[in-house]
Amino acid sequence: MNVASLHGITHHYGDTTALEAVDLDVPAGGLVGLIGPDGVGKSTLLGLLAGVRRLQAGTLHALDGDMASAAHRRAVCERIAYMPQGLGGNLYPTLSVAENVDFFGRLFAQPPAERRARAQRLLDATGLLPFADRPAGKLSGGMKQKLGLCCALIHDPDLLILDEPTTGVDPLSRRQFWALLDGIRERRPGMSVVVATAYMEEAERFDHLVAMHGGRVLATGTPAALRGHTGTQDLESAFVALMPDAADGETAGVTVPPPPADDTPVVIEAEHLTRRFGSFTAVDDVSFRIRRGEIFGFLGSNGCGKTTTMKMLTGLLPASAGEARVLGEPVGTGLRARERVGYMSQSFSLYEELTVRQNLALHARLFHLPAAAVGERVAESLRRFRLENVADTLPGALPLGVRQRLSLAVALIHGPELLILDEPTSGVDPVARDAFWRELIRLAREDGVTIFLSTHFMNEAARCDRISLMHAGRVLAVDTPQRLRETHNADDLETAFIAYLEEAEPPGEQPDAGEAAAPAARRSHTRLPAGLRRLAAFTWREALELRRDPIRLAFALFGPLLLMIAFGYGISFDVDNMPFAVLDHDRSTESRQLLEHFRGSRYFEERAPIADDADMERRLASGELLVALVIPPEYGHDLLAGNRPELGIWIDGAMPFRAETTRGYVSGVLQEYVEDLYRAHPEALAAASPATTITRLRYNQAFESANAITPGVIMLLLMIVPAMLTAVGVVREKEMGSITNVYATPTRRPEFLIGKQLPYVAVALMSFVTLVALALTLFGVPFTGSPLALILGAVLYVFASTGLGLLISSFVRSQVAALFAAAIITVIPSINFSGFMSPVSGLDAAPHTIGVSFPASWFQTISVGTFAKGLGAGAMLPEYLALAAFASGFMLVATALLPKQER
Amino acid sequence: MRRLQNIFWLGLKELASLGRDPVMLVLIVYAFTAAVYAVANGLKMGVDNASIAVVDEDHSSLSRSITDAFLPPYFQPAEEIAPRSIDRTMDNGHYTFVVDIPPDFETDVLSGRQPAVQILVDATAMSQAGIGAAYVQEIVSQETRRFVSREDASTSLPVDWVTRARFNPNLEVKWFTAVMQISNSITILSIVLVGAAVIREREHGTLEHLLVMPLSAAEIMLAKVWANALVILIAATVSLNVVVRWWLGVPVAGSIPLFLCGAALYLFATTALGILLATLARSMPQFGLLAIPVFIVMILLSGATTPMESMPEILQALMQALPAAHFVRFAQAVLYRGAGIDLVWPDLLAITGLALVFFSFALYRFRASLAAAG
Repeated sequence: MNVASLHGITHHYGDTTALEAVDLDVPAGGLVGLIGPDGVGKSTLLGLLAGVRRLQAGTLHALDGDMASAAHRRAVCERIAYMPQGLGGNLYPTLSVAENVDFFGRLFAQPPAERRARAQRLLDATGLLPFADRPAGKLSGGMKQKLGLCCALIHDPDLLILDEPTTGVDPLSRRQFWALLDGIRERRPGMSVVVATAYMEEAERFDHLVAMHGGRVLATGTPAALRGHTGTQDLESAFVALMPDAADGETAGVTVPPPPADDTPVVIEAEHLTRRFGSFTAVDDVSFRIRRGEIFGFLGSNGCGKTTTMKMLTGLLPASAGEARVLGEPVGTGLRARERVGYMSQSFSLYEELTVRQNLALHARLFHLPAAAVGERVAESLRRFRLENVADTLPGALPLGVRQRLSLAVALIHGPELLILDEPTSGVDPVARDAFWRELIRLAREDGVTIFLSTHFMNEAARCDRISLMHAGRVLAVDTPQRLRETHNADDLETAFIAYLEEAEPPGEQPDAGEAAAPAARRSHTRLPAGLRRLAAFTWREALELRRDPIRLAFALFGPLLLMIAFGYGISFDVDNMPFAVLDHDRSTESRQLLEHFRGSRYFEERAPIADDADMERRLASGELLVALVIPPEYGHDLLAGNRPELGIWIDGAMPFRAETTRGYVSGVLQEYVEDLYRAHPEALAAASPATTITRLRYNQAFESANAITPGVIMLLLMIVPAMLTAVGVVREKEMGSITNVYATPTRRPEFLIGKQLPYVAVALMSFVTLVALALTLFGVPFTGSPLALILGAVLYVFASTGLGLLISSFVRSQVAALFAAAIITVIPSINFSGFMSPVSGLDAAPHTIGVSFPASWFQTISVGTFAKGLGAGAMLPEYLALAAFASGFMLVATALLPKQER
Repeated sequence: MRRLQNIFWLGLKELASLGRDPVMLVLIVYAFTAAVYAVANGLKMGVDNASIAVVDEDHSSLSRSITDAFLPPYFQPAEEIAPRSIDRTMDNGHYTFVVDIPPDFETDVLSGRQPAVQILVDATAMSQAGIGAAYVQEIVSQETRRFVSREDASTSLPVDWVTRARFNPNLEVKWFTAVMQISNSITILSIVLVGAAVIREREHGTLEHLLVMPLSAAEIMLAKVWANALVILIAATVSLNVVVRWWLGVPVAGSIPLFLCGAALYLFATTALGILLATLARSMPQFGLLAIPVFIVMILLSGATTPMESMPEILQALMQALPAAHFVRFAQAVLYRGAGIDLVWPDLLAITGLALVFFSFALYRFRASLAAAG
């Protein structure tokens, strides 16, 4: 009886082959282990099995159906649980432990009472109950994995898929994790569990093993069968023997030559180091000394302060108390000491955008290797760390083990005297780990490099000259591995370590793991359809995350208000106080009379008279003058003689709008002047105007900029800000990894998208209310139309703008690109082509098309219509229909663009 | 020397990172080509192609000649509408101006009764309403005078005046908007590009990695500044020469090298501002929300959209604290009016001063945020 069977499964990522013609039967009801080096296709295989990754070639039957069929995947995904690789990659860091579990329950449409009961049991069984209110992001790695397991088990799956669940987890937590899983399996014997692991000692407990290499299955069988088949004593050797290139000598064991003598100089000296974060003490009074050429190991549970101690030694973190000296100098005193230290941080922190070779070269240059030597040094590093065939690949495409080799190569590029390595072999397969260690030993013994590293692997700790056992920020013991074992009469280091841990912190009551899997009493009937409940789950979670990020919420609400104040006061089409000056060639009574008219106008402000043409040119060019008036010689004489003298008026045309307005004002002043001249002859005036005009300024009699601008500002802000809020929504989940939950659960894409959209619609509507209130109070903008008509328009409009953000989010790859795209896509049409600056009706064909193809222009009509034009909903049906069409159209496209499976 | 080398190599790394981000590259190209072209050709400020309708209740030859007098480029051809559709078409913004010619208009004009033509203006269209109403009035009275005297009516005025616009004789709006759109793209891109690059490095842990090397925070910042500024400067140069001068056919009066020097100084200021914003935000979404108000204010209130002089004085004074106001004034002086360094040095000095202030503050914040994040 098989839970899944695979035939001819092949999978490529670009040019890289991850799986090649894999045929495999996975027996049901057991614990099946996938073992093999990194990058052999374990994760790809599990992803395909879980249905989160799209099948490329071959057939995969799981749970009695074809996984290539979307209908079957939908039908069975409630029976599958998938926990992706990485510590808590699919968890939500700002949500608490209980909320995370609750969210997964909601995704499977469980009613509240059932969710609570299940969460309670699972958290109790995993020992997480005391931490139920702690945010998931603040948990230690082991606790995160336990929480991930709780989330995976919330819906009683028949097939549980765990991708390296214990990688990077300390031995005590690992032991607890497996005990937990055993308990659960006892209660639910029908459940099949498929696990990938890098720990060979864990593989011993599996019922059935699948050894993989190079995208192919090497061997399958029980651990005993594999050992027997290869004639080896343990699985680690069995695996090494199974490797196709086993004979190349790389697989020889690791032997450690004796450590340096006691009188070698001390390289690292830590005295009473302490580091506090707020009230939490991460490192508490830690002291140790490391001698030159020594391999010193840090062993301890996750979150016990290893990383913090290392960061203090590298100068990344200042110590709260105590003192550390590295290479004879106090830490943090200068950049020089850093040139003698190589550091490798816990997570891969090289540039994903640079190739392997470029990463090496960049670091060689930053450490100022002679320019001529850089090429040689990089080539040597590539050779030494067997990176030659991937030299021009991006690190993102490489397996973890190879990336770790690259990190080490980078840390060593400048030939440092001291290496500080934070869990350098986490997630790396045994063969690669041994090779890595041979390299470390060679560095220490032959080159005299001091090595300070942290690890979770007991066999690695056993190779160190001395190790320090850490727990909860304190050093429990520092000694050679052998003496640590002897102190507790333990057979191996792991037992000794667990004994030290239990001595430091007596274990509490071990909960009964089996309880967790007790099947739910009943699946009570729920009123809402499951789809709506899932949608509500996403809304609930998104709203919760938004509430946990008050800064973002504050920006979203107060940012628009500030902008409205700036625009309401700042954007004005009134043109006044324009600097003007005169070049008076006449200087007569008549010319002064003309000037008085300009001086009397509020639109003009006189500056010092112009000396000559060159002066005029210069002052216009510098922007000092906007208007120059040139009065010709003999002006007064010609005027009186009826010779119609000609005045010259120069306007700065740099800003055409302003120039046009200026021209109008100049004409106005001159008209007045002419009328003054006519005053002596009224009959001539009447003949000059046979008809009159009456201008009625409609909708804004006062001709106040604020009355016209403010409704437009509301249009602008309700487009840009909500789109920006949602634009990062989906892509952020892609970057963080939680998008997997959409792939692995029965969630349909519209449920996910609309669920995410609703909280932002609510935020945007709150913003709308505050903006309207500000417009009515601070700016005193009259509101003449129907409030309901405006509200209806605003609701449709923010659905459209948040939908546009989601649409952007579903096709871009990074948050940066999302922000950028949202800014450019929304700002340009809404400011320029939506009636904010000038009426849409006056635009040329192309911009007019842009304007009407963008929701902002439609809402502008509604906003201006209800504020200024006294309109009701009846007059704006086409606008409502258009906005509704935009809102639904954006969501449809977003849905279509969002993949339902990974590639 | 070592510092300069560090800055150089780190900057090359920035360029390589940018080169691997196709979306970003497309957006940069878009912002400096299609966006400039679209805004320059599309945006109307002032009376240009304004929509107008005539309600002709007279149906005389005078009313017809008035209707025909609304000509491009100022107006679209006037459409004739029925009196009852005035409200509907103005309500939905279909027409900005409606001219109502009363019955017996021609007869009344000829008999010297001085009848009144009603001009209805949508005063919510601030950029057109004021000037446009004056134009419509002028056209109506000119046509009536011409009809009465059968000759050019302006002969009777005792003075004549000629208004000439310097630097843009035909007051073509695209001369203004094309160049200002480049300035706007520079502002948006420099802030977003650099700020996002800082946050990405922080989120991916590569910043921490840089800090254990013999590099200072100032070097890391300067590398980001020069690399991103260079990309934007090149894009702006190409845009100015290819899109603005060649494609749009807009002449540039002043010295382009001088403009680019100013743009480089301005980029120093805005990239520093981008880093500063990135240190204030804790995550990418926060950064987005923080950056929007900043660059929108810099675009709309710097004088690149509406005249600086018409803003309240307090706001004008406040805007001087942002480099955008100085840069826009500088760009307008150089590119439109052909001003030389002798006229624009005060703005260049102000941009440099603000750049140094922003950079120092950003450096202080950057160091502080690194220590806190450790």
